[in-house]
Amino acid sequence: MKSEKEIGEADGSADKGLRQRWEEEYLRPSLWRMPESREKFSTVSLRPIERVYTGVDDGRGDESFAERIGYPGMPPYTRGIHPTGYRGKLWTMRQFAGFGSAFDTNQRFRYLLAHGQTGLSTAFDLPTLMGYDADHPLSEGEVGKCGVAISSREDMEVLFDGIPLDKVTTSMTINAPASMIFAFFLAAAERRGIGIAALGGTLQNDILKEYIAQKEWIYPPRPAMRLVVDTFKFCAREMPKWNSISISGYHIREAGATAAQELAFTLRDGIEYVEHGIRAGLAVDQFAPRLSFFFNAHNDFFEEIAKYRAARRIWYRVMRERFGATDPRSWQLRFHAQTAGVSLTVQQPINNIVRVSLQALAAVLGGAQSLHCDGYDEALALPTERAALIALRTQQIIAHETGVTNTVDPVGGSWFLEKLTDDIEEETWEYFRKIDAMGGMIEAIEAGFPQREIQESAYQYQRAVERGEKTIVGVNDFRLEDDNLGEPNILQIDETVARLQEERLARLRRNRDNSAVTRSLDALKRGALDPAVNTMPLLIDCAHADCTLGEMCDALRPVFGEYQEPDFF
Amino acid sequence: MTEPKIRVLLAKPGLDGHDRGVKVIARALRDAGMEVIYTGLRQTPEQIATAALQEDVQIVGLSILSGAHMTIFPRVLELMREKGLDDVLLFGGGIIPEDDIPSLKSRGVSEIFLPGTSTEAIVDWIREHVKTSE
Repeated sequence: MKSEKEIGEADGSADKGLRQRWEEEYLRPSLWRMPESREKFSTVSLRPIERVYTGVDDGRGDESFAERIGYPGMPPYTRGIHPTGYRGKLWTMRQFAGFGSAFDTNQRFRYLLAHGQTGLSTAFDLPTLMGYDADHPLSEGEVGKCGVAISSREDMEVLFDGIPLDKVTTSMTINAPASMIFAFFLAAAERRGIGIAALGGTLQNDILKEYIAQKEWIYPPRPAMRLVVDTFKFCAREMPKWNSISISGYHIREAGATAAQELAFTLRDGIEYVEHGIRAGLAVDQFAPRLSFFFNAHNDFFEEIAKYRAARRIWYRVMRERFGATDPRSWQLRFHAQTAGVSLTVQQPINNIVRVSLQALAAVLGGAQSLHCDGYDEALALPTERAALIALRTQQIIAHETGVTNTVDPVGGSWFLEKLTDDIEEETWEYFRKIDAMGGMIEAIEAGFPQREIQESAYQYQRAVERGEKTIVGVNDFRLEDDNLGEPNILQIDETVARLQEERLARLRRNRDNSAVTRSLDALKRGALDPAVNTMPLLIDCAHADCTLGEMCDALRPVFGEYQEPDFF
Repeated sequence: MTEPKIRVLLAKPGLDGHDRGVKVIARALRDAGMEVIYTGLRQTPEQIATAALQEDVQIVGLSILSGAHMTIFPRVLELMREKGLDDVLLFGGGIIPEDDIPSLKSRGVSEIFLPGTSTEAIVDWIREHVKTSE
């Protein structure tokens, strides 16, 4: 850690006022909480590197500009939310993983942790994402294919067996049945004697983007929002380290949105969640610090960096001006990034390693708090162990070899980047005005507005590719007749996973106390009818009573109804 | 006399909700002058085969990205044959490993288009393989 004298050694230039304020009010407390990882930072040639460059000290930039974008960790957070960037703490390397049975995925988790991964992220299969048990007729052919099959608390216990849940943070990509899966997780932790207040991690829990883009829903938007708000209330009271939601642009982007549309629809979803939380009686600063975001890391390098910087600036203004939040933690947009699955090519798949590296670098230069790199084989199937390891190594190479972590926000001040940041911000505000005029995000979704905007962008992009205006290496240019870069060995999930899951469920149903199951499901139904009751504790009771995921979701169908997508095509 | 329009049914079977691809294809086929009926998400093989019969289409396209293709394609074909739709072609696209394609074709799937295929190539293939004159 630097001495106070060193920290106080301002450059004596024109921006001293602002710089001094930054050092005293932001940097010093931050260093006290989290010292930097080493005494001195330098390039690979041992040239010393400073913590932050503003351009003001050496006459390259002007003071008013430095003031407008601010210092790192200081409003409006253009340059990141931490005064020391990655010098204090690197992003969390959180590789998304899940396939086959809970046993299979537990093995992959252990493998990733053993190779230096620092957080976990769980991918569930389609039946689980839709709230069906593995033995439901609609699950036929889908069990364990796109992620791990979890139908009960018992499955959840196997999934995290031997993993220190109070030390490793865990993310769960689950939305329509998020509260039920969360209940399994909490019940499993309680049975291992881990107090839920000690748990750190993230529940994706972002139902709005399901209607917009990913399309894994159960209930209609309004009752679904009740479940989300119940988790906000529950987490605000019981789980100070847990992110109750990860408001996600990733899927919106994958569905075809532009960078600005990704930002606009995601942040406007965020506004909708905050409004619903406040309407349900929470004070904004009670739950806003635990809202987190999730963005795509796509191909266009500078546009992506600009997107993340604009996101922080917009969210700061939204929280402060629109909602009157006073806790700085409510103002700070924290995000996870994942490289763009949609950009991966089946052709010459090894090239995907290069794409992923560049996308991940953009996320890091944009100040991501956590990151997933896609496996190079993911245009073909879920990643093999080898592909997952290379993806993790990609993060480690960026973190430890490139030097981009040595100074905070190394790209800030680039004329091109700052202009892109301003433009993306302006386009986002314009979308906010349109959606506000429609009455809000739920109304916009019901009118099919974001869905149509995304569809149109997807089509226009495809046309640009086909006209040759956008080049995809190996696809519409630089093709190989004989693709000797080779098709990798891919991960195969066979139907034995489904048979095994069916047997496990049959055993669970035979051995459990069925009167306790009925009792807890009845209590859940009654509670759901009364908006003043929080469904979370009732769901945890169901999880302890060995109710299955399908049973819990089905119990609420008659109360909440089921969503039917309007025809937008 | 103008040629009758080719009638195409596009469907998303299984639980997979990724519909970017199918919607781009639907629009491209429509822009190429075909009649396109899109079923929407999460259709069972039974619903798809029934729609193919009711809509009197000459060709059915399935979009599937979930890995359930080996279960779903043969099932849709079987049901189409049961309904007497012997002349109706079935094609597909999505995340389908190359190794699975020969097996799908041997079971009656006419063509599989992998990611990166241009919509133009799909339009051309349909025009070439669907007989529009009765």
